[in-house]
Amino acid sequence: MSLEWVTRILSEYWTMFLRGAGITLLISIIGTVIGSLIGLCIGVIRTMPTPERGIKRISLKVVNALLASYIEFFRGTPMIVQAMVIFYGTAMAFNIHMDRLFAAIFIVSINTGAYMAEIVRGGIISVDRGQFEAAHAIGMNHLETMLNVVLPQAIRNILPATGNEFVINIKDTSVLNVISVTELYFQTKSVAGNNFRYFEAFFVACIIYFIMTFTVTRILRHLERKMDGPESYTLNQMQVAAPEDMFRLGNPN
Amino acid sequence: MVNIIEVEHLSKSFGDNVVLKDINFSVTKGEVVCIIGSSGSGKSTLLRCINLLEKPCGGRVIYKGEDILNEQHDVYKYRQKLGMVFQQFNLFNNHDALGNCTVGQVKLLKRSRQEAEAVAMEYLRMVGMEQFIHAKPKQLSGGQKQRVAIARALSMNPDVMLFDEPTSALDPEMVGEVLKVMKELAESGLTMLVVTHEMGFAEEVADRVVFMDDGVIAEEGSPQQIFNNPSEGRTREFLKRILNQ
Repeated sequence: MSLEWVTRILSEYWTMFLRGAGITLLISIIGTVIGSLIGLCIGVIRTMPTPERGIKRISLKVVNALLASYIEFFRGTPMIVQAMVIFYGTAMAFNIHMDRLFAAIFIVSINTGAYMAEIVRGGIISVDRGQFEAAHAIGMNHLETMLNVVLPQAIRNILPATGNEFVINIKDTSVLNVISVTELYFQTKSVAGNNFRYFEAFFVACIIYFIMTFTVTRILRHLERKMDGPESYTLNQMQVAAPEDMFRLGNPN
Repeated sequence: MVNIIEVEHLSKSFGDNVVLKDINFSVTKGEVVCIIGSSGSGKSTLLRCINLLEKPCGGRVIYKGEDILNEQHDVYKYRQKLGMVFQQFNLFNNHDALGNCTVGQVKLLKRSRQEAEAVAMEYLRMVGMEQFIHAKPKQLSGGQKQRVAIARALSMNPDVMLFDEPTSALDPEMVGEVLKVMKELAESGLTMLVVTHEMGFAEEVADRVVFMDDGVIAEEGSPQQIFNNPSEGRTREFLKRILNQ
């Protein structure tokens, strides 16, 4: 190990590292966001009350079975294998040549979706029964209940687990080097190979990965605290808001 | 005297546990009906069957002449017409006091935000919570939460208000503030169906008192009759037990 090599690699190849880190962040951010949306949709469908009879009952059962197999399959196989199967498989079977970056985002998204579906379902179940009842009693249907009452609370509850998924995605995009996506691990490998300085190059990558994951966890923690708000309500806070409210809501007198 | 809600031969069981047996009763417009009875007698279940939070196993529930158990009947529209106040308040935790009172109006009644806030403020002022409109449920005491919950139900301009033991989860010193609001509501001519353990409230405010025991309506009549001169032995026994506490 020599510090000289580290500085030399950094000064010569910093654009490659930066581009690699950028691609890694891009894939993991979009993958986590799309995955979370998939998870939310599946969570809402899987918590729907089953209709008593008729075509609706059958179609919900079929949809649930399909969703369950999707979840089980993508949770039960390694992402590195899924990447190979999807990227090379579509090329061989259907002669579709996916853009590598698109393929990477696609694979991370559906993988995250499978995990998030179960996380969201857990988040929805953890919301107090009374919240559902109050929403139903006011006249909301399942979707309205979810959108206006349950999901905002469920999302707060699953934020720590979602942060976990995000961090895992930042790290696990490194397996996508098997389909030659130019993310951070792939770039580091090229840098290392060019100079035969494996330790120094990967040491730099290590630091960059850590900076990315640490920043993400800090941001999410901050977001959590902000969503929770203060524990007590001070009338002081309200006096500041009062004149504007009076204006907006009309004077009581 | 128009019957706003009629219940005919209603029954409900959870598995083998029969909770309601052949219940018949009705509520007329503007009437305040209190349902009393010991725990497990089916009072809350009856209330929850009326707004279909529990699905009745048999019988009919008729609202303004329409059978609401009919499959074609829109359950969600029907529930908008009934305001429900829960024992555990069940305020929406993700909304502040004002938001609790406006979300239903905006999303379901399609009122404009401005209009919804004006309506909400009217009721929040009525329950004495206008100073706390931006407070989240976790920042409020039990009594305050319940008063917001009442304002939330009223903001939907319901035809009937259902109260499911609204003071049972409150500290004793907070019971008064909630009962005071409910008394004002009763005096305003609103149709109310109240499941309660507050005998003083029932005696003073109710037009009619229904005593339930073991899944059936054991006795019903005016407060004077039920509290001063009950005809049934089990009514006398229940009142003796609860009033001697």
